[in-house]
Amino acid sequence: MLESYIWVIIGMAVVTFIPRMLPLVAFQMDTIPPFVRGVLKNVPYAILGALIFPGIITFNENSWLGIIGAITAFIAAYLGASLIIIVLVSILSLSLIGFVLI
Amino acid sequence: MNTVLAGRLSSSLLSQGLKSGIGIAIGYMPVAFTFGLLAKSSGLSLFETVSMSVLVFAGASQYIALTLIAAGIGALEIITTTFIVNIRHLLMSASISEKAEADPKWLKALYSFFITDETFLVAATRNEKIQAAYMLGIGIIVYGSWVVFSGVGYLIGAGLPTILQESMGIALYAIFIGLLVPSAKTSKKVIMLAAIAAVINSILTFASTMSTGWTIILSTLIASIVIEMLWKGEHQNA
Repeated sequence: MLESYIWVIIGMAVVTFIPRMLPLVAFQMDTIPPFVRGVLKNVPYAILGALIFPGIITFNENSWLGIIGAITAFIAAYLGASLIIIVLVSILSLSLIGFVLI
Repeated sequence: MNTVLAGRLSSSLLSQGLKSGIGIAIGYMPVAFTFGLLAKSSGLSLFETVSMSVLVFAGASQYIALTLIAAGIGALEIITTTFIVNIRHLLMSASISEKAEADPKWLKALYSFFITDETFLVAATRNEKIQAAYMLGIGIIVYGSWVVFSGVGYLIGAGLPTILQESMGIALYAIFIGLLVPSAKTSKKVIMLAAIAAVINSILTFASTMSTGWTIILSTLIASIVIEMLWKGEHQNA
């Protein structure tokens, strides 16, 4: 029974690696039309929006935690803080609120 | 070892990548830690837990796999779900290929293993081309953090205060916000892209039965295509 999980994990590894690897190795960029290239350039910013919403509202049963964490991260990022500081400050803000409320 | 290859894998680029990766590595700690903790309660062994992080290296799908394993779901369904959740990497890989330096294919295949939402975004929101050494630098530190803290979470996770455990759920979102805000400050196009994708993804999530993997892909594609049609002729500063 336990042994079978290893095969599940290997299967997961294969189907995860193929989409990561294939376009990067197979695409010949000079043959790709400018419009498609433009679309591909847009992908990072669009995907950021989709990854943040609605996940940030639903990751905890209490939506306020996500909203407060998001506001903290936004302020830190707007002030030009590094990624490390942004992550630490938002975890800290939620922990503090948790301690105050309990 | 030829000099061309040595040039591609320059150590200064590697250390730049390592530096860029530190923020993500820290953000991954709590997420990996929690994964290890949950893996233990789902009945996986330490070996299986760490193997999953070593071989799969994809947070969301690893969490989902735990839920399915705990529910006694079959192997085929777990693997299929993993594929659907991770198919968005196709888009990221294609987007990287648009920005990638002309490195040999085996080198691209190697660093493509390190493509995650976060590593992709850090590399893609930089102004420079994407070089193999830089991606390997980010990959090594972030992957190391993911694997090590999966194991640490498995071993000592249950001892952590609940408040801290719950607060850590914010880490990945903090990374996303931290990456979006600097670009959004200088570009209306970035704001529009993120806003449209966010709205469409929220609508699809609440009003359809599509899985998260598909809603993210669909909303990203729609936003990227619509904005590209509206913003024609302004290709330079995306």
